[in-house]
Amino acid sequence: MKAPASWIREYVDLPAGVTTEELAARLTALGLKLEAIVSPGDRITGPLVVGKVLTKEPEPQKNGKTINWCTVDVGAANGTGEPQGIVCGAHNFAPGDLVVVVLPGGVLPGDFAISARKTYGHVSAGMICSARELGLGEDHDGIIVLPEGAGEPGESAFPLLGLDDDVIEFEINPDRAYALSLRGIAREAALAYDAPYRDPADRALPEPNATGHPVRIDDPVGCPVFVARKVTGFDPTAASPDWMVRRLTQAGMRPISLAVDVTNYVMLEIGRPIHGYDADRVRGPIGVRRAREGERVTTLDGAERILSIEDLVVTDDSGIIGLGGVMGGETTEMSETTTSILVEAAHWDAVSMFRTGKRHKITSEAGKRNERGVDPVVTQAAADRVVELLTTFGGGTADPGVTVVGLPPEQPRITISYDLPARVTGMPIDAATTVAHLEAVGCVLEKGDTTLTATTPPWRPDLTDPFDLVEEVARVVGYDRVPSVLPREAAGRGLTREQRLRRRVGRTLAGAGCAEVISFPFVGDATFDALGLAADDVRRATVRLANPLSSEEPSYTTTLLPGLLKAVARNLGRGAPGVALFETGTVAFPADRGPAPIYGVDWRPSDDELAKLFEAIPDQPLHLAVVLAGERERAGWWGEGRDAGWADAVGLVRRLGAELGVGVDVAAARRMPWHPGRCAEVRVAGPETGVVLGHAGELHPKVCQAFGIPARSAALEIDLDALMRHARDVVPGPDFSTYPVAKEDVALVVDAKVRSVAVETALREGAGDLLESVRLFDVYTGEQLGEGKKSLAFALRFRADDRTLTEEETAAARDAAVALAAERTGAVQR
Amino acid sequence: MSGPNTDYDPVEVTPLKAEEVEAARDAALAAIAAAADLAELKQVRIDHTGDRSPLALANREIGALPPQARKEAGQRIGRARGAVNKALADRQAVLEVEHEERMLVEETVDVTVPTDRVPTGARHPLTTGAELIADIFVAMGWEVAEGPVIEAEWLNFDALNLGPDHPARTMQDTFWTDPGDDHLVLRTHTSPVQARTMLQRTPPIYVICPGRVFRTDEYDATHSPVFHQVEGLAIDEGITMAHLKGTLDHFAAQMFGEGINTRFRPSYFPFTEPSAEVDLVCFVCRGAGELDGSSCRTCRGEGWIEWGGCGVVNPRVLAACGVDAERYTGFAFGMGIDRTLMFRHGIEDLRELFEGDVRFTTAFGTEL
Ligand SMILES: [Zn+2]
Repeated sequence: MKAPASWIREYVDLPAGVTTEELAARLTALGLKLEAIVSPGDRITGPLVVGKVLTKEPEPQKNGKTINWCTVDVGAANGTGEPQGIVCGAHNFAPGDLVVVVLPGGVLPGDFAISARKTYGHVSAGMICSARELGLGEDHDGIIVLPEGAGEPGESAFPLLGLDDDVIEFEINPDRAYALSLRGIAREAALAYDAPYRDPADRALPEPNATGHPVRIDDPVGCPVFVARKVTGFDPTAASPDWMVRRLTQAGMRPISLAVDVTNYVMLEIGRPIHGYDADRVRGPIGVRRAREGERVTTLDGAERILSIEDLVVTDDSGIIGLGGVMGGETTEMSETTTSILVEAAHWDAVSMFRTGKRHKITSEAGKRNERGVDPVVTQAAADRVVELLTTFGGGTADPGVTVVGLPPEQPRITISYDLPARVTGMPIDAATTVAHLEAVGCVLEKGDTTLTATTPPWRPDLTDPFDLVEEVARVVGYDRVPSVLPREAAGRGLTREQRLRRRVGRTLAGAGCAEVISFPFVGDATFDALGLAADDVRRATVRLANPLSSEEPSYTTTLLPGLLKAVARNLGRGAPGVALFETGTVAFPADRGPAPIYGVDWRPSDDELAKLFEAIPDQPLHLAVVLAGERERAGWWGEGRDAGWADAVGLVRRLGAELGVGVDVAAARRMPWHPGRCAEVRVAGPETGVVLGHAGELHPKVCQAFGIPARSAALEIDLDALMRHARDVVPGPDFSTYPVAKEDVALVVDAKVRSVAVETALREGAGDLLESVRLFDVYTGEQLGEGKKSLAFALRFRADDRTLTEEETAAARDAAVALAAERTGAVQR
Repeated sequence: MSGPNTDYDPVEVTPLKAEEVEAARDAALAAIAAAADLAELKQVRIDHTGDRSPLALANREIGALPPQARKEAGQRIGRARGAVNKALADRQAVLEVEHEERMLVEETVDVTVPTDRVPTGARHPLTTGAELIADIFVAMGWEVAEGPVIEAEWLNFDALNLGPDHPARTMQDTFWTDPGDDHLVLRTHTSPVQARTMLQRTPPIYVICPGRVFRTDEYDATHSPVFHQVEGLAIDEGITMAHLKGTLDHFAAQMFGEGINTRFRPSYFPFTEPSAEVDLVCFVCRGAGELDGSSCRTCRGEGWIEWGGCGVVNPRVLAACGVDAERYTGFAFGMGIDRTLMFRHGIEDLRELFEGDVRFTTAFGTEL
């Protein structure tokens, strides 16, 4: 809402010396938030005066242009009183016209300094200004020609052009619709300074009578009040007065014609949207009712609207002539030949206005006010003001008929105890203060012993609850006076275990050289294609968005890999030699457990109802993914560098398992987007060995290609929720032997297809209780082993709890281990 | 040493004259002093104290002397050997120190060569920033509550006094899931976590809810369809706006430094009444609005930065969430984590947070 400061000051007597900035600050403190102060004159300095053109000599130039050599009377403003010689390129003026002249020494917007300069064979001492040069608009039609008698030559042009009038732009919150009018803003200014206020809607009104245009309201809930007035003999060519044009422009509205300008002006002034009909095109009595399903009307923007039974419509004998309160119809629209105007000022149900506007996607200044709530009491005053302005400036006659149908709804009454504002705000607000401030905002109070009952003012439909009154009192007292007090110490339980573990996971990965990424969770079919997912892959079943940002990515993701792969490509593209990125985030799988219910809000839903609500929400497990590409270890004086590979990904999962105390088992698997021969499925070890945590390994070459990252890049993705669920809680103190260790190395030759884990498991079981650990330390293939064979070298460590092992005991355990490995895997000791 | 001199070899025995003992001693001491390193000293030790050294041989002769001469000769030889052994020990200590010093000099490396074999990792500042905020509140006894990002419409809107016809629902441009009558949204704020907490716990409640939220905003330097919020909720007996102010002042000071506090301006949020916008003293110019004579860029000369929204929990919200509004009052607040970090760290473009460039992330390390 843009409000010219001069217009605000028309209704409130502010203390002397209050600047626009101070006023805006005080209004902001009351809840009308300052967006900007526009001071058009601020960018202009120096002599900007009224000039009277004395002579104008057209002089054609070699370049084909014609310039005008003018002499202009600028009074005494140039210090000499002599006419000022000025070259002007515009032609839209004649000797005798009043123009706006900037004299040498002046500065126009854009730091455009004016000086006397030689041009086209003359010394041009100043400039005749266009609206554009003054920053007043984009008008290209030439220089500004002031109306006859607008001022005397030499007089400052600032006030004539409104250049000295600041415009305050406010951001108006939806609850303060009354401030979408000068009436409302001025009322707040009066409240801010406790200053005298003149209500522009407070005017002597003619008595309603039966001779006006007949109106029938069939839906008094949707339209409680309808006022109709008529102006006849209106001159459709009459121009809007300059002050009205200026104010509309300042308020950000485009001047159109007197009839339209007047309705807009009154809407800005009083806040009540007005509709004007061409009275000669209205057929018979006006009616207000709800539409029937499927009825149609063409609104004055030319669109045909198919109506629903919730839409409020205005009718005449021809049918529907407008969407009440939202937009008029085409058939009764005012035109440049309209001489008879039927003025409608009606009060509409805000919820209906909101729904109709939303249904038909109509946003308008009128709709904005009607859907947020307008003072229902000022309908007649607004109509009367429109009639006054139309007849004053359009030469018409006010028809004596005054139609007023319906009554404004009763205002709500709210009872609060006197101390409620103090109890809610923590400010020392006494009963007298509460009373004074509620009265100041317009409430009418009935004062009891401990409680008061406030009848809210009609321009404040937002005041419905006790706490609304608390806010009114608090903002008048001043939010800056709210004390700063810490609440009592709460008996908190600290971070949850899961929150702590999540931090640990992040730190572990960062410690392993991975950098965290946060990416957008939106994907589409192309993403899944690039990952090589089969048509029936479960990850293609997504939660889809009804209104995605991009139709290419309409789904909430089921995997974190795409975002990471894109970030990896971006980093490498920007010159990183290698990168390891990780992300933790939720993915989503559709629940398909029916729509989520919508409950009432007057009381808490039952536990069963809540369970049903939670049940309908898609599963959103927390995932963790890592992608490693390019250089993993740098080359240096220590030796060669090393690129990331499958083992880095598997290693990171094992490391996380160790960090969280979760044993993980690794098995070969096939799953896109991984390389079919280099993909590990990771499971929880131990009794819950069925739980799959996720996958790790080298990415499929096609996937690397699709995302533009190096071949052999590696990745892992696991269900972090599942990993954390298996994290060890209370770790029992370890018990270990301090007797000497006995070490035995064995090299076993097996078929190349035998998994090392199978041999290791057999060794472990065969070795018995004396075995402390077994570790694969070398894998060898070579000619002397023969085709299709490999040698696995294991380091076995033996230790007893109660004694030093003898060589015989150790050898026996080792032999038992090798024997079981031989039996299970065909291993032959080298 | 040797037993009674019954089995010595008379050929090996050399005279026991005092001057000869002294000469042998002096020769030994001179050799010890001349030993240049530990290896030389080792040879000197063999030559002058070994079994075939003059003093060792002289010692053996003592037994052959008449009993009356044994004592004197024994003392003489003992003194000589003692002097030699002490000199050896002293020289050994000196040479060991010299040796170690030389060895350490020889082993000198260039410690300025790079050692960054494995690149440094980092956590994202949005993660560590949210943790920093969580820690500030946990230190006050609050807890951290979380909830799903795909949320029930009722929890995201209705329960928070944003009814279907509430104008505020159009202010928040919401991602809806398909089909729309599933009544699911990508949460537009973390407030549904507040609602969940009230629905599932009994007061007193002191929780903060950090998390990812979504609006259908265009993606530019200051807007993102995906961003992060932290909201706080306190429900207890006797809670007032003053407690809200105190909590936010404390939060601001912890986050931005002592002396950085907040101010309230009246505002409108459906879930709070009274409602306020929270401004933060600009921590760059510390409220002055200017820096070194020119207008502060961080706050555009205002001295204050818009930080978030807050207010007293609307009793209608308490009712929908099953909190006894007669007994309890509450306050709630919320602000963008992204925005908070942007001005805390002078980040100019919001998109840097979501691009995943490691140069951005690693600059912040693993903690904020
Ligand atoms: Zn600043």
